[in-house]
Amino acid sequence: MSAAGGILVVGGGIAGQAVCEEVRRRDADVPLTMVCGESTAPYDRVRLSHLLAGEANAEELTLRPDDWYADRGVELVLGREVVALDPEAGVCELDDGRELHFERAALCTGSDPLLPPLPGIDLPGVHAFRTPEDCAAIAAGTADARRAVVIGGGLLGLEAAYGLVQHGVHVAVVHLVDRLMERQLDAAAAALLLPAIEALGVRVLLERQTTELCAEADGRVTAVRFADGTEEQADLVVVSIGIRPRVELARDAGLEVARGIVVDDALQTSHERVVAVGECAEHRSVVHGIVAPIHEQTAVAAETLLGARDAVYTGSIPSAKLKVMGIDLVTAGAAEGARAVVAADDAAGTYRKVILDSDGRAAGAVLLGDTRGHELLTDLVKRGEAVEDALALLVEASAATPADLPDAAQVCNCNGVCKGEILDAVRVDGCASGREVMARTRAGTGCGSCRSTVLDLVALATGGASEEPAYLCPCRQQTREQLAALVRERELSSVSELTGACGAGRDCGACKPGLAYLVSEVAANRHREERHARYINDRVHANIQNDGTFSVIPRIRGGVTTPQELRRIADVAERHEVPMVKITGGQRIDLLGIRKEALPQVWEELGMPSGHAYAKAVRTVKTCVGTDFCRFGLGDAIGVGIELERRMEGLYTPAKVKSAVTGCPRNCAEAYVKDIGLVAIEGGWEIYVGGAAGSRVRKGDLLTTVESGEQAIELALTFLQHYREQGDYLERTYDYVERVGLDAIRAAVLAEEGGEPARLRERFAIAKAAADPDPWLERHDPVHPKQFAELDTEPEPLTPIDAVLVGPPTGGAR
Amino acid sequence: MSALADGAWVAIGRAADVPLWEGRRVTVAGRRVAIFRTEDGLHAVSADCPHAGGPLQDGLVADGCVTCPLHGRRFDLRSGDWIGGADDGLTVYEVHERAGELHLRLP
Ligand code: SRM
Ligand SMILES: Cc1cc2nc3c(=O)[nH]c(=O)nc-3n(C[C@H](O)[C@H](O)[C@H](O)COP(=O)(O)OP(=O)(O)OC[C@H]3O[C@@H](n4cnc5c(N)ncnc54)[C@H](O)[C@@H]3O)c2cc1C
Ligand code: SF4
Ligand code: FES
Repeated sequence: MSAAGGILVVGGGIAGQAVCEEVRRRDADVPLTMVCGESTAPYDRVRLSHLLAGEANAEELTLRPDDWYADRGVELVLGREVVALDPEAGVCELDDGRELHFERAALCTGSDPLLPPLPGIDLPGVHAFRTPEDCAAIAAGTADARRAVVIGGGLLGLEAAYGLVQHGVHVAVVHLVDRLMERQLDAAAAALLLPAIEALGVRVLLERQTTELCAEADGRVTAVRFADGTEEQADLVVVSIGIRPRVELARDAGLEVARGIVVDDALQTSHERVVAVGECAEHRSVVHGIVAPIHEQTAVAAETLLGARDAVYTGSIPSAKLKVMGIDLVTAGAAEGARAVVAADDAAGTYRKVILDSDGRAAGAVLLGDTRGHELLTDLVKRGEAVEDALALLVEASAATPADLPDAAQVCNCNGVCKGEILDAVRVDGCASGREVMARTRAGTGCGSCRSTVLDLVALATGGASEEPAYLCPCRQQTREQLAALVRERELSSVSELTGACGAGRDCGACKPGLAYLVSEVAANRHREERHARYINDRVHANIQNDGTFSVIPRIRGGVTTPQELRRIADVAERHEVPMVKITGGQRIDLLGIRKEALPQVWEELGMPSGHAYAKAVRTVKTCVGTDFCRFGLGDAIGVGIELERRMEGLYTPAKVKSAVTGCPRNCAEAYVKDIGLVAIEGGWEIYVGGAAGSRVRKGDLLTTVESGEQAIELALTFLQHYREQGDYLERTYDYVERVGLDAIRAAVLAEEGGEPARLRERFAIAKAAADPDPWLERHDPVHPKQFAELDTEPEPLTPIDAVLVGPPTGGAR
Repeated sequence: MSALADGAWVAIGRAADVPLWEGRRVTVAGRRVAIFRTEDGLHAVSADCPHAGGPLQDGLVADGCVTCPLHGRRFDLRSGDWIGGADDGLTVYEVHERAGELHLRLP
């Protein structure tokens, strides 16, 4: 940084990053340097809980990619601490002796985890929970730990406990006071939270004052001792009892410091050149330990840094949301106050409370087990709105529909889409259906849990107007039926011909994979394949991963393998140093983390066909041991399952089709919740369709009951063809069965006298005959020289393997 | 680096290796660049999606835009802009084809 110029940001946490963003938004040129004590660029500390629970990886936490800083002229100094600050002279010193000059500085030094000065606090096996390194150390510790103790039953302690449970260790939370999360919850809510936490498999020990951490000869921690003399065994301890703002630098610089660095309403410290933001700052005697206030503070601090004096920060409300899957808990403001209204259902474990201050203004909300309307209530508390009738408000919040949400409320967390954007997609961009809105905004296309809210909002914006028609190409407003008719009439055989004929697929391109399926389905797989219309997975026949590598899941029909096959898979995994080998939820084996260039050679060495696990296609048929081994088996689940898989593999479908065949109604292969499920019963087989146990859980509908396994397979295939022809792209059978109706499906699939089942079977046979059973053979005959490579790389040369090809199991126990 | 710096054109590979409406990546002087071919010619943009580093060369191409294969952000190949998004577009590079060879200009 040039002398006497620019802004210095000390600390690269969420606060430091926010300051850089807000300053740059207002001034593209002022020199800006951020000194980060940690060696990585700013990351999202909040998500460390997900990291520990294995619900996120470390790279995902990065707030901005490296070039963000370069592109915006923000100089990042990583892994260095500011050790001295002279506000008067406008100069600071780094721990490598370097000096930086500044016009103004922002202290964003955050806080340190509070570690009580107890005997044994430094023992190996005792960890804080504050950084990615802590998470890594805790996770590594779980490898040989059996019992973990979390000291601290606050929000973070509970999230740590949840994370530890995910690692398969026994966890106890010890807490000083008589209830969990006492800072956010009143006694009644805490009493309801307790069993919910215990249901995770976590033991909770209240009113325990830890006095010592004990170790054995090897020096590792073995137990936690309490003031009452009792002990709790532990080979891993996580301490999460609070934070301590990092104020030493400010104090040494002569700035006023109380618990945090004292700032005024402009976020200015006691020196006019210096502001403080985030967990290190104390404003009107309050130090916050959460993220929301940081963004509220930064907007003002950036103004102050750039010389304005009129921006005012008046404080933030505390708020919390427990990030533990399966427990819904949101709090805002105070948990107790002059007046309160509560709606609680002990049996259901729900508790909803609104707190008012003595002037009748909303002062807090506690929502446990049922967080409906939390956006609405949080908004009222934030604004301190006067509440006439708190009981009515609670009722109103329970009934709050998406219509009542503020426009800024985030609806789709996966893609960060807020309500306003969804409404605009209808009102401004003219989208007419939920699908169009989802295609344009991406809302609802991630985990899918917000989909119903998105559809509600679309209905709202369209004035409740009908959701249909569902366009396959929303840009050109073409439905699947219209496009299929065009393909048939003009005998089109490729996506580009279809695009040429009606424009579908030309605009945003999102529908191209859908068009590719449509063309292939209508042409019974005698179409001209165009890879530009396919999603990357279907260009290289593997599933793309978050780091751009791919996963390889070979076909193992029915999930039945042999020692030979396993040995070969193991050899391939070793030779290629495959980062992870995993048994999948679909009873198959996954080799994860393969580079694009290595795919052909990995397939060559495996010598097994593609499992199509990357495609909207027929996926696995899970089986149970059935009559082969099981004492309850009523039908040959393995035999029928392998045959079913063989008969339908290689076929593409509107969306994934997952199946299972199970030997009796105990349902060990989970056939009741599959797209197609066959269940052996006394004297026959039941055929279930439209089941699901993914983002939606739905028991399949019983299509019918037949006598033999072969009949069951025939009907399953007939149903499959009906779905292949009538399903909308990306519509799983669970939605399709509900849309089309079981009666219509039965009429088509079962009513032999009308002739339709026979015609479906015939079209199925034609399509299957032309389907490519093993796209992995493209390794010998790639569609393009660079199909499995980049411009400057080459696919690994195929080296022939001498070993015998291992086929599906034939001999042995079967 | 110096030989490559300041507007030099660098040969990066064969033109035929980038199929129509597809992309392939090349690494030049430490920069990862995705080269695409569309109906109106070649395009070159930074290959790592600003969102979470998704491999843009593997994205779907239509209407002069590429859609990131990881989470679906869409970018204009001519301007580098993120369609419908506020910040963080792509860096756009000049690329041309001569005698079957592709050349990229480093800024
Ligand atoms: C590998 C596997 C997890 C595992 O390690 O066990 C897996 C991995 C993925 N699943 Fe799955 N699913 C796997 C079994 C399942 C199962 C269990 C099953 O198949 O019996 C389900 C519930 C059944 C179902 O599908 O209804 C399942 C429900 C989903 C869903 C939710 C689908 C839905 O409509 O509800 C998605 C998201 C989607 O498809 O949009 C999904 C999507 C994914 C994707 C493909 C996400 C993606 O697009 O990248 C994951 C790829 C990870 C990767 O990086 O390779 N996966 N996924 C399993 C592979 C099974 C196999 O052998 O082929
Ligand atoms: C596991 C976990 C889960 C959480 N969950 C939530 C949640 O769900 N919701 C929520 O609102 N909040 C949550 N929080 C709290 C939230 O993460 C913090 O409030 C927020 O990250 C604080 O940001 P900050 O930038 O003020 O401080 P910090 O994140 O502490 O950043 C300060 C940075 O400054 C650096 N630094 C300090 N001194 C110097 C120096 N002298 N020179 C150079 N660098 C220095 C430090 O190394 C650090 O990188 C959670 C915290 C944790 C640990
Ligand atoms: S489903 Fe029936 S046959 Fe299959 S394992 Fe369970 S009990 Fe045995
Ligand atoms: S990485 Fe490109 S959209 Fe997420």
